Amino acid sequence: MVGGYGGMDILNGVDLAVEANEIVVIIGANGAGKSTAMKAIFGLVQLRAGSVRFDGQDVTGRLPNALVGLGMGYVPQERNVFRNLTVLENLEMGAFLKPMTLARMLEQVFTLFPVLKEKARQPAGELSGGQRQMVAVGRALMAEPKLLMLDEPTAGLSPLVMEQIFERIVAVNQAGIGILLVEQNARQALSIAHRGYVLATGRNRLTDTAAALLDNPEIGQSFLGG
Amino acid sequence: MAEFINLYLLPGVAVGCIYALGAVGISLIFAILRFAHFAHGDVMTLGAYLAYSVVIALGWSVYAALPFAILGGALASMGIDHVVYRPFRRSPGIIVVIASFGVMLVVRSAIQLFWGVDILSYETGIRRPIPLFGDIRLAQKHIIIIAASVVIAAALHWFLSRSRMGKAMRAMSDDADLARISGIDTEKVVRWTWLIGGGLAAAAGVFAGINTKLHPSIGWDLLLPLFAAAILGGIGRPYGAIVGGLAIGIAQEVATYPWLSELPLVPPAYKNAVAFFVMVAMLVWRPTGLFKGRVL
Repeated sequence: MVGGYGGMDILNGVDLAVEANEIVVIIGANGAGKSTAMKAIFGLVQLRAGSVRFDGQDVTGRLPNALVGLGMGYVPQERNVFRNLTVLENLEMGAFLKPMTLARMLEQVFTLFPVLKEKARQPAGELSGGQRQMVAVGRALMAEPKLLMLDEPTAGLSPLVMEQIFERIVAVNQAGIGILLVEQNARQALSIAHRGYVLATGRNRLTDTAAALLDNPEIGQSFLGG
Repeated sequence: MAEFINLYLLPGVAVGCIYALGAVGISLIFAILRFAHFAHGDVMTLGAYLAYSVVIALGWSVYAALPFAILGGALASMGIDHVVYRPFRRSPGIIVVIASFGVMLVVRSAIQLFWGVDILSYETGIRRPIPLFGDIRLAQKHIIIIAASVVIAAALHWFLSRSRMGKAMRAMSDDADLARISGIDTEKVVRWTWLIGGGLAAAAGVFAGINTKLHPSIGWDLLLPLFAAAILGGIGRPYGAIVGGLAIGIAQEVATYPWLSELPLVPPAYKNAVAFFVMVAMLVWRPTGLFKGRVL
């Protein structure tokens, strides 16, 4: 993929792949193009070259709501809940395209995040950071995605809450959903992932299994805090 | 006291209901599309004249013609959006505002061409007010305007809080980008916004015609109080617009009561100045309105 906002390319040649049932993490320094790469997959960034393929079909340039229909889910880093809507309404909006499966999916999301059931009637804007993140992930799950893309789901959360979120991500994956994750907390993210991509200045720098990346001394120095 | 209630307060509530119905549409359109819809008053006028045509053609009472006017106003608004506003969806807001100014002039001119410029009336003759209790009397038209507005407001509340499309409207008003990402068909939400905004405006226009007389600038004359009501309630907040509409309607009528001397406190010809005053005061004191709307 090559592309960016306006005239400036942020992605100069990024190549990513996620297999079904896989957790793949993208790491890299600030400005390496991690979030932009994710947005490009979801049709939010104009691509100048390259393509996005999903489930065997070319989906380059499709609108987000078409991609949701095909089975892609995206949780942006910021502004990822409807603040004035209740938790329940947030989740309902996630199932907007598939109102028939609403009840079944609600049950699944509540099983995954029991705390959301307790807070169902509360406006999402009143929840704590971790709970809001759960609403955001839950909202994306309501559309029954095959691939879930999470942009820094643990940004700004305490270590304890971060742990919970990672654990829930693994649980989502075990339900058979592929996961693409952008993370600053590279060590924890790699510890739950199958594979990892390291991006630098909008290009692929390294691609390896998560275990190998964790052991790589060069990666250790740059991204894992020594 | 009875005189105050019969001649100032109750008519004020009826006028307030008319403002509320119009202001809700302005607020909803602002919440979803982020622009001030200047043609809203003329959609009201269109609704009022559509009802007039039904009354003349079929000989029905204006109240029976109301659903047709609502439907006509709703479809006309959706059509105008499709033809005029939709190409500007990604343009800066001011361009759409100016476009709505153009629509305003076109709609009003079309009404003048089709129905003429004379003052018209839904029915002739005078109806005696109905005694309620004691000296309190209520004009029949006021009872119907108030009751119908309550029913319409309740239906709107149900729609926004219970229906899938209503919730999607609130979601899009909250964060349009996130709505798109969630898979909400935002163009469908926009169409529903126009149907509802236009339908409510048409109802307000018919009620305004019942309350006074029909003339081609009946809606345009109400545009200022409508915006005052929407801003008072917090622009983008439909429930705020209902409260704002009632407050401005009552304030306008009650301000003409002879509070200090034999003469009205504010001469009736200056009623609109009361709305203007409230709007300016609100923008200075609390620009987000009573219900924390968006800052214009």
